[in-house]
Parts: sequence; C-alpha cells; structure tokens
Amino acid sequence: MIAPRLQLQHVTKRYADVVANDDVALTVQPGEIHAVLGENGAGKSTLMKIIYGAVRPDAGEIHWNGLPVHVRSPQEARELGIAMVFQHFSLFDTLTVAENVLLGLSRRVSLQEVTEGIREKAAEYGLALDPGRPVHTLSVGERQRVEIVRAMLADPKLLILDEPTSVLTPQAVERLFATLRQLAATGCSILYISHKLDEIRTLCHRCTVLRGGKVMGVCDPTEESTASLSRLMIGAEPPRLLHRAPRPGPVALALRELSLPRPDRFGVALDRISLEVCAGEIVGIAGVSGNGQQELLSVLSGEDLRAEAGAVELLGRPVGRRGPRARRRLGLHFVPEERLGRGAVPTLSLAQNLLLTREESLRPLGWIDRGALTAQAAGIIERFRVKAPGPAAPAKSLSGGNLQKYIVGREIDAAPRVLVVSQPTWGVDVGAAAQIRGELLALRDAGCAVLMVSEELEELFEVSDRLHVIAKGRLSPSVATPAATLEQIGQWMSGLWSEAEGGAARGSPGEGT
Amino acid sequence: MIRFEARPAPSRLMSALSPLVALLATVAVAALLFLALGKDPVQGLSVFLVEPLRGARALSEIGLKSTPLILCALGLSLCYRSNVWNIGAEGQFLLGAIGGGGLALWVTAGELAISRWAFFPLLILAGAAAGAAWAAIVALLRDRFHASEILVSLMLVYVANLVLSYLVFGPWKDPHGWNFPQTMSFAEATAVPRLARGMRLHAGFPFALLVTAAAWLFTFRTYRGLQLQVGGAAPAAARYAGFSARSSLWTVLLTSGALAGIAGAFEAAGPMGQLTPHVSTGYGFTAIIVAFVGRLHPLGCVLGSGLLSMFLIGGELAQSRVGLPAALTGVFQGVLLLALLACDTLIHYRPRWTSTR
Repeated sequence: MIAPRLQLQHVTKRYADVVANDDVALTVQPGEIHAVLGENGAGKSTLMKIIYGAVRPDAGEIHWNGLPVHVRSPQEARELGIAMVFQHFSLFDTLTVAENVLLGLSRRVSLQEVTEGIREKAAEYGLALDPGRPVHTLSVGERQRVEIVRAMLADPKLLILDEPTSVLTPQAVERLFATLRQLAATGCSILYISHKLDEIRTLCHRCTVLRGGKVMGVCDPTEESTASLSRLMIGAEPPRLLHRAPRPGPVALALRELSLPRPDRFGVALDRISLEVCAGEIVGIAGVSGNGQQELLSVLSGEDLRAEAGAVELLGRPVGRRGPRARRRLGLHFVPEERLGRGAVPTLSLAQNLLLTREESLRPLGWIDRGALTAQAAGIIERFRVKAPGPAAPAKSLSGGNLQKYIVGREIDAAPRVLVVSQPTWGVDVGAAAQIRGELLALRDAGCAVLMVSEELEELFEVSDRLHVIAKGRLSPSVATPAATLEQIGQWMSGLWSEAEGGAARGSPGEGT
Repeated sequence: MIRFEARPAPSRLMSALSPLVALLATVAVAALLFLALGKDPVQGLSVFLVEPLRGARALSEIGLKSTPLILCALGLSLCYRSNVWNIGAEGQFLLGAIGGGGLALWVTAGELAISRWAFFPLLILAGAAAGAAWAAIVALLRDRFHASEILVSLMLVYVANLVLSYLVFGPWKDPHGWNFPQTMSFAEATAVPRLARGMRLHAGFPFALLVTAAAWLFTFRTYRGLQLQVGGAAPAAARYAGFSARSSLWTVLLTSGALAGIAGAFEAAGPMGQLTPHVSTGYGFTAIIVAFVGRLHPLGCVLGSGLLSMFLIGGELAQSRVGLPAALTGVFQGVLLLALLACDTLIHYRPRWTSTR
C-alpha cells in the first residue's frame, strides 16, 4: 500500500492560555482533495501553519510520504513540495506582483521568467493578473489571486488553500474546481480549508472536522448533508434567518450619474453610476473584486471627496463634498472591507477603536470619558457576542471573525439611518456570519437603508432585497432578488447586461441626461 | 545558532526591560572602551554614572540640562507617534533662542523696567512663536508640495545656525564686546527666575514638568491626542474615521516647534544670559535619542532626559578629571540608541537557540 502523502499524529500546540490543537490526527492521500472544516478559532490555521513549518508543535509527529519529518520553516516546507495560500496575505505592498512571487520562490530565477510564469499560470487557470502591478494597488480579491498563482508556480505535491473561492465568480469557482480536480488527478494532494459546506461537498473527497482544537470526525463529505456537516462543525445547525417582507420607505441614499476618473493608474474609473437605496431595504452589489467596488465605497463613505456635491445624496441632502464625520453625523455609517488598519487600529484597544466612529463618550474639549468608553465597548462586546478578553484588548489580538463582529457591532450599535457595508462576513465562520446577517436584517426591519457590497453570492441572495452587479466601473440595473438567477448574475459579473434587462433600470444613461 | 521567532503578542516585560538592557549594554561597551584607552574602567564609569548624581548641586545641573531635553523630546514624541519625522528640533531650538534672546536684548537695550516673573511668560511666548514659525516652514512644504519633512527639518537646522551666526556676527553684536561674536549680556530682569540660591536650576524645569503632565493628558486622554495616534499608526483608519491628516501634521509640527523654541529661549536667557553661536550643545538632536529611550511616552521623556543629561555632564567631567576626549558623550549616546533599537527587537521576537544542522 502506498504511504499517505501527509500524516499527522497526536499534534498538540498550546499558546499561553489556549490549546489551539489538541491531539490532532490528519491523513491526506496522494491526489486527494481533503477538506479541513471548522469555525474560526477551531485551530485550522494553527494546524496549517504547523504543516507549513511556520509554527512548531509542542508534541506530535508528522510523516511525509511515510517518512518522519520536522518541518522547521516554510522554506523547508517548500523544499518538500508543500505550498500554501494564506487567508491573511503575506505580500509586500510596495513591490509588484512578479517581485512578490519571486521572493517566495526557493529557486533562483530571473524576474523575466517569473513574469512569464505568472502570465502562463494565470491564463491557464483563468485568473486575470498583471505581473507588473504594485501590490498596494490591488484589491483584496486580486491579492488572493497573486497568492494562488504564486503557490501554483512551485509545482507543489501538497497545496494548502485557505478559503480560496470567496473572491471568484460562480463561473470562475467552477473553473478553479476543475483545475483543482485536474491538479489532484496528477497526484498533487490538496488541503482545502473552507466554511462553505456546499463547496466542500462538491469538491472534496475527505473531510476532517475540527472544533475547539480537537478532531470531531473524519467523513466523506459527498455522503453528508449540509446540515450534518454543520452539526459536526458547530455542534448545532446554522441558525435560520428571520426574513420578513421588505417595506421600503423613502430614498435614503442615492448616487446620481456618478462618473469619476480612476484615482491612480491602477484604479478603476466609475462610469455614470446611478443607485438608490430606500429606508427599510437591503440593496446588494455583486461583482468580482477590482471592478470599482473600492472606488465606489470610498465615494459613499466620504473618504474620496472628488465627486460633485449633488452626485451623492444622503437623506435628500447633497453630501458629495462632505467628509466621513459629517456624513456620520447625518446618519451614514460604513463598515470597510479591511478590518485591521482601516476599520480598526491594530495597536489600540477595542475601547479606543470605538472613537474612530463613535463620539458618545467624548466630553467638552475633546476629553475622553474612559469609564463611559469602556462601558460602551463592553456593551458592544456583550450584545454581539464578541470573543475578546475585554474592552482593553488590542484590536489585533482578536481573530478576524471576532474583530469583524466588533466592527459591524460598533456601526450597528450607532443606530444608523444608512449603513454601507463591504464584505460583511469575509473569512468569518458560519455561526458569526449568520449572526451578522441576522443583525443586518434586523437593522433593515428597523427602517435603516442598507447597501451591501459583497463577493459572496450566497450571502447576497440570502440577505438582499434587490441586487446590482458592478463590472468595470459600471453598475448594472437592479433586479429583485427573488427574480434573479445565479446564471444571470454570473453573466452580469462579466459586464454583459443590456440596459433593458432587470426592468426597473433607473437612470439609464440615455442622451442628454 | 540563534533564531528569532515572532511572538504571538508583544512582550510587556521586554517593553519595560529593553531600555534597561540597552543601558547595561552601553555600560559594558563603555567599560571596554575605558580599558582600551588605558583608563581605569571603574573610575571612568563613576565619572559618568555616579559623579553627576553626587550632591544637590550636581542634581540641579542634571535638572538644568534636562529642561531643554524634556521640552524638545515631548514635542518630538508627539511627532513620531503621528508618523511625522521631525528631526529638526535643533533648528527650532535655535530660533527659539533667537526669539527669546532677541526679546531679552530689546528689554536690555531699551532699559525697560520689568520684573523677572513678568518677563518669564513673555519669554515663553517669544520662544514658542519663533520655534513654531520655523517648524511651520516644514509643515507648509510638506502640506503643499509633499516635501519630505525629514530632509526639510534637518536642512533648516543649518539655516537656523547661519541665521544665528549672522545676528551675533552682525547686527546684534555687542559693540563693547571686543569683536567677539556675541550679544551684550542681558539685563538681570530677563533671566529665568532661579529656584534656589547658588544653583543654576531655574523655573524652566518645573515648567517642563508641567508640560509633561499636559502632554500626557493630551496624548492619552483627549480625542485630539487619539486622532494624532491613529493617523500615525494606521493612516487608512484615520481616513476612514475622517480625521484630517493635514490638521495632524500642522498640530504636531507647530507644537513640537513651539516646545523646542521655548527650550531655546530658556537656554539663551537662563544659563547663558547672552546669545553666542554656541547656544545649543546639540540638545535638539540629543532629544531624538531621549524620545526613543523614553518610548515616546511623556514620562519616559523625563527619565530619558535625566539619563542623557548624566551623559552630557559625565562627558564634561571625563574631559577634566580623567583626561578622556569629550567626544565620548556622543559615542555613548550612539551606543545607547543602537542598543535600544536592537533590544526592541525582543519585544516582538523571542530568541531561540537551535542546534545547527
């Protein structure tokens, strides 16, 4: 019998006060697509870092092709033939895509060769990627593409993918799956980390479920139902969302024929975008990242003030020239896509991070009432069930999902009249995602106008009342979610729509408007 | 072989210990240096570490030298926390000396009747205005033309030096001063009030401590202070929150310029009592080290100022008592800063001893 490609036994890793991995066993056969399923904080990331040599286990054995190994560093892992696509990217902002990829390769090759390699792989897997672009100009989705292509370039024997599909169109997910299956057929093993149960059931051969650092079970996902997988993962079925019929009120947020040149040479120009969001409805914007979402959101939040005053209308007032604080005072709150560094300052405490968007604990002369601030933070932590040591914990000490709950909580707690939210559940586990979506629906029912930009179609279909698609800086007409199909939205995501489609296309760019 | 592994969270212990470890390393290097120069290391070290602390008079001298260091370092810490790299406190200090000295000269030449305590606040205002104006040039160039504040602030130090030289060699030269490049001695009334008879420590020291307390409250207890820190630590978060980067830039540069200017005014009016080309002994540059040794924290700046003052005084003593070159002070300052930056690595990384393969 052939030795397993990778076998872990009794792997344990403790941090100061938590056991991240407790006696974990994992076996991956050659050519197997093996899912690792678990909530945030279940120990998936730690386990992958141990395999990849970025973290040392306190105990346990690792066998690679039947031989015991000690993977001391990612360098050694790569030499063995292990490649990884991290959920949190390890890219240098100031370098180009090709330079970043070059840095990650063990072999000595020229930049020219790498550039060509990237072009080839990107074309092969249908990923649009310009090797010459500096990474800081890329959106989150595009950065992930860099990581995927970088991993593919090393021709690995084991490829670890951490939530890779969140940034792809349904069609592209199909293509990626086809590629992964093809890759697996050549004998490459794939460790696939995801919280999307449907994907795991379509793609993976085996599935190891983690909860609280322990292995809860190993199963064949094709023989399980979504509900049974969910039970293994969180010990319960995912909570059902309470979805009342929308009762749209007056228009709360509107864009009128917004056109803007691109902010830098790698940005996306916005082309005559018209949009209306009414009180009491959730409008979703689908699209592959890098199609103008960042630019659109900056205009809506007030970080980008290049728009004409009248192009952005908030509760009937022109606010195109007013900054984020002025818009917040009018009732517009915004949850950005990047949590650390934009939505929160990593080194400041949770309580201090409240002050980015909340001013209730300020006293005359800008004096900070620390008692009130701490109480306010503690209230949000409790209400949104954020797992955190307390209001004094620095933002960067929280897991991505918990920080996201805190940031979303911070904005929802402000009782906004308009909420613009980008990627509300990106990289967040099933339980937390359901909670966040539930809160968004509750906010809508309370009469708030919600605009949600997301790359997860499942989420958009679940929560939105109307859907737009953004592609190449243009916004499609809206379609009522119950009338929309996955195929139609997927096609729109490639920029293919006619203005007549969707029926109620408002502000269609006719002559003279 | 030693490898450095990232810690899951920054170590609080190392954060506190790092300056002490750096100080020990500096002492060790100093001892070796004394040995290499053929001096008794015990005697040499005691000149730097014990002598400056012996007796009330010695302590008052430390307070005297600490005063400009504290004021400059407080302003610089504020700048560095907001990611504005002002390294030209020396120039702002010199302009403050010119402003404060000029005011004292005007009072002296006009033989105006004024009491010391009435002149004290005027001196502060003159120094602050001159220092802030000098820093405003940096802010303006950075704001309007995106000029690097590092280069501009540093270059302006040399310009400030030339302005001072022009004044004391030219229009402000004492007509009865045998052509020495210095102004006439200022009137008694313009001196900074002294705290005790026979000691040079003056009212500037308690003023600096008051500013320390104010800086501490401002940085950690006010919205404005928080905005500055957010702008420094995460510019994207500041944009998201709607905190103005321009207003932060102006605030920190004007504040640090004003504080350095006040230090310069005190120095001209206080211990010196006249303007010469040598009104500063590099306080503005030494304050950069103070700010980092003090962890960019106001209270740390006070402690760091005390330490660096010991080095300054020890350097003078080493020259006269042990016959060592005065340049040693600079060497020790440099070693201390390097050792500190090296030790700071340990806050975020922990060493691991691994056997070589």
